[in-house]
Amino acid sequence: MSWTADPRVEQILARYPDKKSAVMPFLYMAMAEHGYLTDEAIREVSELVGMTSVQVSSIATFYSMYKRERVGSYLISVCTSVSCAILDAADVLHAIEDEAGVPAGETGDDGVFTVEHVECIGACGGAPAVQVNYELIEGVKEDKGRELVRWLRDAAPDTVLGDEMQALFGGQRSFEWGPAEGEGATGPVPALDALGTTGGSS
Amino acid sequence: MKILTTRMEAHPTDSHTLARHRATGGYEAARHALTSMTAEAVHEEVKASNLRGRGGAGFPTGVKWGFLPPDIRPRYLVVNGDESEPGTFKDRQLLERDPHQLIEGIIISAYAIDCHEAYIYIRGEYPRPARRIERALAEAYDAGLLGRNLFGTGFDLDITLHLGAGAYICGEETALLNSLEGERGYPRIKPPFPAVEGLYAKPTIVNNVETLSNMPWIVENGGAAYAAIGPEGSAGTRLFSLSGHVKRPGNYEIVMGMTFGEFIEEYGGGVREGRAVKCFIPGGASAPWFTGDQLDLPITIDDVGRAGSMLGSGAIVVMDETTNVVHAAHSIVNFFAHESCGQCTPCREGTSWLEMVLARILRGEGRPIDLDLLLDVSDNIAPGLGWPPKMTTICPLGPSAVSPITSILRNFRDEVEAMIPAEVPVA
Ligand SMILES: Cc1cc2nc3c(=O)[nH]c(=O)nc-3n(C[C@H](O)[C@H](O)[C@H](O)COP(=O)(O)O)c2cc1C
Ligand code: SF4
Ligand code: FES
Repeated sequence: MSWTADPRVEQILARYPDKKSAVMPFLYMAMAEHGYLTDEAIREVSELVGMTSVQVSSIATFYSMYKRERVGSYLISVCTSVSCAILDAADVLHAIEDEAGVPAGETGDDGVFTVEHVECIGACGGAPAVQVNYELIEGVKEDKGRELVRWLRDAAPDTVLGDEMQALFGGQRSFEWGPAEGEGATGPVPALDALGTTGGSS
Repeated sequence: MKILTTRMEAHPTDSHTLARHRATGGYEAARHALTSMTAEAVHEEVKASNLRGRGGAGFPTGVKWGFLPPDIRPRYLVVNGDESEPGTFKDRQLLERDPHQLIEGIIISAYAIDCHEAYIYIRGEYPRPARRIERALAEAYDAGLLGRNLFGTGFDLDITLHLGAGAYICGEETALLNSLEGERGYPRIKPPFPAVEGLYAKPTIVNNVETLSNMPWIVENGGAAYAAIGPEGSAGTRLFSLSGHVKRPGNYEIVMGMTFGEFIEEYGGGVREGRAVKCFIPGGASAPWFTGDQLDLPITIDDVGRAGSMLGSGAIVVMDETTNVVHAAHSIVNFFAHESCGQCTPCREGTSWLEMVLARILRGEGRPIDLDLLLDVSDNIAPGLGWPPKMTTICPLGPSAVSPITSILRNFRDEVEAMIPAEVPVA
């Protein structure tokens, strides 16, 4: 079943007075299915929100999390903004690039890893901070960054869980996270299965 | 004295659940507001609280609500959870650890401004906070705390979560509204302000997550009680994000008025390895820096403003004496260059120039003219290089990129100069 037939589509549309507003959640849903925003994905979104493909594409390129090119199974994002930068985030990034064999901004030929450096991800108290498919790990040192990459390659988890990765590879946290969660990401899209389904009118 | 973090500290394992929220008096303030206060009375309490917005600009919340034109409906309430200012991670904790406190604050605020449709905009890189909000919204709907006829009063309210997708500029309120409308996140020219013409061109109040999380307490205890906490002009408690070279980074809720030095010692445990503070950023990456000589400055909105900076998003970044300030400044300028939306030439071009010049100084390839070049480009973005900056751009992002430049050139000019190789005469 294509994502366009998902009952969430109608529920999301019902949340806004103007269907154009659904472009962002739909881009996520399309990306979850296609892995990245293929031309077909853009076309599907444009039909649902009543925009041209060119308009949808121009919106997608404005936001860094909408990927117009194929992304690896594990998108590793390393923060290099100020609080992380002054705690040696550059070393962590280099270690991860080296271990993954992929320079920042690129995807490896085998499609396992994409490595990128990103701006502040709101984990500055747990610098240096890293995300895998947007699941957070705080207080990642160089050696743990390497271990993380090896673990992802060897264990090849279908779902990456922030709590599990934090326990294995993390350190200092920004604050106590509270109880562990069972939900995690299955691809390079923020894990949020309930997206758009909560609310009245439905 | 704590307001925002009380529940999560007392109940670390389940402060995010409806059951715990209810067991600790949750939704009683909303019930009280809706069943036994008029909307005007709630608004009066918020005015009396002297609460100032926690998103960055520090604008008095009750005053902002008063800008709504009386006769136009619908009105929208938009909650700003885009939190992307480097150094800032406080809203993340409020969203994750006490989502019902925020939802209750939204109910109270929506009632006060007669709005029936609210949106929570959370940055895309925050899936866990977003999941906690999704679940909390579902719990609240199931319990009849959202939707139709709240508390049997006939008041309706729907709340929708909207996920951002990686663009700092969408934290700026008008860019956020464009993003929510399905446009590129470009800031709009103000006026009109959102209170007059906002989401879908309707009157809209945009408030920060922390701002609204204070509402249950204000209704429960009264605006005057809130105003009585802390020094004049900085009422209430505030959640500060402390990061950088401190022993215990974290979010700390404090009553304002203590000095930065006291805060860094008492809460942060001081600087790592007993080193000295070289400089610190008092309010997120957009704020001009203070030096180690300014640790005696009290943490209040007005003291920090008079000293030439701002409390901004409440993010304090501490740099110890080993810090390469050009490296730190480059990281911040690079951030703004990357996040500029590109609408205004001085911002789009200027931030890239600043980044390029700092990068070459870092590589040891700086030229003696580079210091003047940095100041010239900065002056083009924010003429006069004063504080608060003079605006030539649509939004304050461009001028923010100037803060680290003036900070290092005013305080550490020798250090920057020393990184520039002397000109070698051509043989
Ligand atoms: C470039 C820029 C980024 C901003 N980012 C945020 C943000 O992430 N969160 C936020 O609450 N306010 C942010 N603001 C401030 C908002 O424009 C707005 O003032 C605020 O959300 C109003 O809420 P408050 O009155 O409760 O503080 C930003 C402002 C600018 C200029
Ligand atoms: S100042 Fe920069 S970020 Fe703000 S509107 Fe202009 S170009 Fe965009
Ligand atoms: S600076 Fe790296 S998470 Fe904020």
